[in-house]
Amino acid sequence: MSGRFDFALALGDDALIAAQRLAEWTTRAPEMEEDIALANIALDQLGAARLLLSYAGELEAAGRDEDALAFLRDDREFRNCLLVELPNGDFAVTMAKLLFLAAYQLPLYTALAGCADERLAAIGAKARKESAYHLDHASTWVRRLGDGTEESHRRMQAAVDQVWPYVHELFAPDPAAPVDPATLRADFDARVAAVLDEATLTRPESGWAPAGGRDGVHTEHLSYLLAEMQVLHRAHPGARW
Amino acid sequence: MLGQVEAAEEALRRAAERGRPDGPAPGDDLQAYFDEVIAADQKIEPRDWMPEAYRKTLIRQIAQHAHSEIIGMQPEGNWISRAPSLKRKAILLAKVQDEAGHGLYLYAAAETLGITRDELVELLLAGRQKYSSIFNYPTLSWADVGAIGWLVDGAAIVNQVPLCRCSYGPYARAMIRVCKEESFHQRQGYEILHTLSHGTPAQKAMAQDAIDRWWYPSLAMFGPPDGDSTHSAQSMAWKIKRFSNDELRQRFVDMCVQQAEILGLTLPDPDLRWNEDRQAYDYTQPDYDELMRVIKGDGPCNRERMTHRRRAHADGAWVREAAAAYAAKRAAERERVAA
Repeated sequence: MSGRFDFALALGDDALIAAQRLAEWTTRAPEMEEDIALANIALDQLGAARLLLSYAGELEAAGRDEDALAFLRDDREFRNCLLVELPNGDFAVTMAKLLFLAAYQLPLYTALAGCADERLAAIGAKARKESAYHLDHASTWVRRLGDGTEESHRRMQAAVDQVWPYVHELFAPDPAAPVDPATLRADFDARVAAVLDEATLTRPESGWAPAGGRDGVHTEHLSYLLAEMQVLHRAHPGARW
Repeated sequence: MLGQVEAAEEALRRAAERGRPDGPAPGDDLQAYFDEVIAADQKIEPRDWMPEAYRKTLIRQIAQHAHSEIIGMQPEGNWISRAPSLKRKAILLAKVQDEAGHGLYLYAAAETLGITRDELVELLLAGRQKYSSIFNYPTLSWADVGAIGWLVDGAAIVNQVPLCRCSYGPYARAMIRVCKEESFHQRQGYEILHTLSHGTPAQKAMAQDAIDRWWYPSLAMFGPPDGDSTHSAQSMAWKIKRFSNDELRQRFVDMCVQQAEILGLTLPDPDLRWNEDRQAYDYTQPDYDELMRVIKGDGPCNRERMTHRRRAHADGAWVREAAAAYAAKRAAERERVAA
């Protein structure tokens, strides 16, 4: 990715797929307060996705609005990172994913808020406030689970080990993008290290760094997610809802 | 409807400004004082003495109401992942989130009566307390999301608006907040149906099919006919309930007939017609045998709804235990620092 269209599309797809996964928790969370919190975060992500996809559609100038981009592209055309499409797993996996996503989105949106593109700057200014809340929420749970019971510690460490390899893709250098993702890595590492440390968790030493999301080469999970998300929209071509 | 909620809120404020009858002096008859507060349309508050049966009835009713909000997230939650546009997805997600919030307000109101939320949740999971029978019906198409908003939330509002004036203060105040958000949801449901009924032929058919399936279950939400209602007379005397099941059901029918006309959709009752003498619509009563079967556990989704709730609760146990263990560690640390 490098142009503004590709950049807005990739960020919009990250937020959209993250929202879809988080919303799967509705009615399933460990406590009622968490049901509300996860729906809240899903709504924030969905709101950011709508702004970014609408803007991407305008930049493309091919007549595609947010719904055309969300519902009428196949998995090979989606540009989200692999991290967000991974299944929810148990609550620890979801919190590991959310921690890493928020620790990436916060510095990203913060940098975006100062970029030259006025629309992207406005979206960044709005979304960074929400990301700060998401990061706070995920950090709190990672600490609770990591430093809670023996079982929760085991599950939280397993979740970090499972998800960690997928973060590297987020920071692939792209000097031509409105914000070069490589410049966000140090901030991300510092924030995550502090949380894992307090949570008595360790960062895995795996050298495996799966990637491909930004090029539309996804895991096997995405096309199932899209099949469900798009089924109704695709069944009624041209209908208004 | 919203006007009545606002009027109830205003009445609540004015009653508070008037002040309450002087509290009972030591040795006074507590029952007489309770009756005096009820007669003066003042609110009973958690600190007040109340008859044990009043407390029990309220716990049962508020808990059932809270459970209904929580179980009621499932049929609509079923369509979040498949909502046909991003805007509709956002609206539905926000609505289901509101329902969880209503559940929390209502559990908090019940807790003022001397029971804990954990105890109430256990009673629900053990099948010893009920939730609204309506949530045992399946959501089979997107239009069901609209029908639930229009009919189910509509029936809930007709039922709940009078509760904004109920004699128990915490419940009345919770209902004022709940009703304001519910009437917003009802409008959104109506708007979904309106869009569908003015869309493609397939969309219109989808909307009509949803109304055909949700109409009678919604009428049954008002409970058994007045002759068979077990708790009504006492609840009316205590000013917990203000209108009978049949009065509220009639009000709901009269409201829906007009709205269905604007939608260009029909209600599935061939005998529905205006009665000039009664100045109300005649309609066919719902099948109360079916209602009793659903309440007893044999509706289409009773087992799935309860299994889903129990599984979420069981799957989350290790998370709640971790949160408790973490909190205990932090509390112990603070004590060490303080010592």
